[in-house]
Amino acid sequence: MAADAAVVGAPSRSRAARPGGLALGLATGYLSVVVLLPLAALVWASRGQGPAEFWQQATAPEAVAALKLTLGLAAACAFVNAVAGTAIAWVLVRDRFRGKGLVDAVIDLPFALPTIVAGLTLLALYGPGGPFGLDVAFTRIGTLFALLFVTLPFVVRAVQPVLLELDVEMEQAAASLGAGSFEVFRRIVFPNLLPAILSGVALAFARAVGEFGAVVLISGNIPFKTEVSSVYIFGQLQSGNTSGAAAVSVVLLVISLGVLLGIGGVRRWRTRYDRV
Amino acid sequence: MRAIWIALLGVALLAGSAAGASQGGSVDLVAYSTPKDAYGKIISAFQKTQAGDGTSFSQSYGASGDQARAVAAGQNADLVALSLAPDIDLLAGKGLVPKNWAANSHRGIVSDSVVVFVVRDGNPKHIKGWGDLVKPGIQVITPNPFTSGGARWNVMAAYGAERRAGKTDKQAVAYLYKLFKHVPVQPDSARAALSIFAQGKGDVLLTYENEAIYAEQKGVHTEFKTPKATLLIETPVALTTSGLKKPAAKAFYKYLWSTTAQKAFAAQGYRPVVRAAAKGTHFYSPPGLFTIATAKLGLNGWTKVNQRFFHPQKGIVAKIERSLGG
Repeated sequence: MAADAAVVGAPSRSRAARPGGLALGLATGYLSVVVLLPLAALVWASRGQGPAEFWQQATAPEAVAALKLTLGLAAACAFVNAVAGTAIAWVLVRDRFRGKGLVDAVIDLPFALPTIVAGLTLLALYGPGGPFGLDVAFTRIGTLFALLFVTLPFVVRAVQPVLLELDVEMEQAAASLGAGSFEVFRRIVFPNLLPAILSGVALAFARAVGEFGAVVLISGNIPFKTEVSSVYIFGQLQSGNTSGAAAVSVVLLVISLGVLLGIGGVRRWRTRYDRV
Repeated sequence: MRAIWIALLGVALLAGSAAGASQGGSVDLVAYSTPKDAYGKIISAFQKTQAGDGTSFSQSYGASGDQARAVAAGQNADLVALSLAPDIDLLAGKGLVPKNWAANSHRGIVSDSVVVFVVRDGNPKHIKGWGDLVKPGIQVITPNPFTSGGARWNVMAAYGAERRAGKTDKQAVAYLYKLFKHVPVQPDSARAALSIFAQGKGDVLLTYENEAIYAEQKGVHTEFKTPKATLLIETPVALTTSGLKKPAAKAFYKYLWSTTAQKAFAAQGYRPVVRAAAKGTHFYSPPGLFTIATAKLGLNGWTKVNQRFFHPQKGIVAKIERSLGG
């Protein structure tokens, strides 16, 4: 019986490894309707009155300043998340303490909260009338805090399952061969976690680039100083400059796509032996 | 995952309420956000009249420009109440509102307000006139004129007040440059500006009188000063082409200028445009009141003002914003 299953199982597994035509069609069809079509429409809307105008809209000084700020903040946010998110995941998986379940549940709350509410709450907390006398509202630091709040779950949730699956015996073996705890982390744990950290970082970065609700109140929206791209784009839309808004959005998307592809490339390279 | 389902459910409910509205004696009202309470009261009063008996309403409130674009994109609307005439002109340009929408005895204007200064309790910085806003150390809160259509009233009030004080066009524009140097935060909407001011940021908030009254009603510790020269804000309503075919919508449109409806506006801090309703209200009329069409102050209506001041690239205000980080 077991032998039969093995014989029958082998070819069926290899067949299952490649998605059938129907599944592939459904997946790409769904992806097209839900994601690619709107993106194509956006590119279409950005064409405006030709490439010269597109370029002029996309390189307006305010637009470029907003873009630089947005990418800088998103990068900073992704970096902080990579460190803090991994640490939180580590504590949640490896440590035992009271209320762990609650902490684990709280991690996802930033996702559930409408981001505009998050912005309002952060403003009350970090604004001039805040309870801690910490006035970072309307500065880049305040904006970074808002982004960190809404992107916290990404790295934690990407790293947690990998850490759960990680074989502790590997670490014990390394330790028995004389590796210190830092060396165990550096040579055993970290390389195993890196692909997951990178996935989380990519998601956090993408989310930070596009975030609007959480930052619109706390950023202060001063052009060249604290105005991020999403708010700039919103302003162009409100002023009836649809093609300008679309042009800046397209630039933002292309740069984000480049960064995501780059992170994905590193991740694939790191996991190249897993896919043989 | 659950959050996604809840969001989808919300979208479905919204779509359902929009779809179920256009039957029989029902009126779709699409309005900008601040007069929500006033319209709520006017609608329930209207439903008690003979003309409004049995009429049901579907109400949608949001930022004025967003609402105009939603209607232009196909959202059902019989009556549009927006914060700026150009938002209605946008619909007139698409044939959704008749071109002569402003051709009633009130020029399509249903309520007025003025641009005022909201200051901290007791007015510690002694802010009374436009000149006080650009004194050293004063922080002025006003929304970003590109994200908030309403913020444009503030900018034009500042410009017009300078012109009225005898300044040339050049000097008035120079004043705007100076003014924006005193603006540490540009919130995205008038309401966001109010909540940021209430948080303790800034010395003076530029906003509409009705927002200032709203803040007082909500117990925010502020008081407001009406400068001697300021801009009269006029908010329009119009029947759409679909609304013109509905007797209920037409009756409600007319009802908006009734004494009862106008008093409801007044109770929410809007200046009534019907004299009978203004009796017993205490709106201060400053001597230097002007409108967006006071030609001798260089104000020639929203179309021209928008082109000259608020063009996203070439407008004077776009240049001012650019000079801030320059």
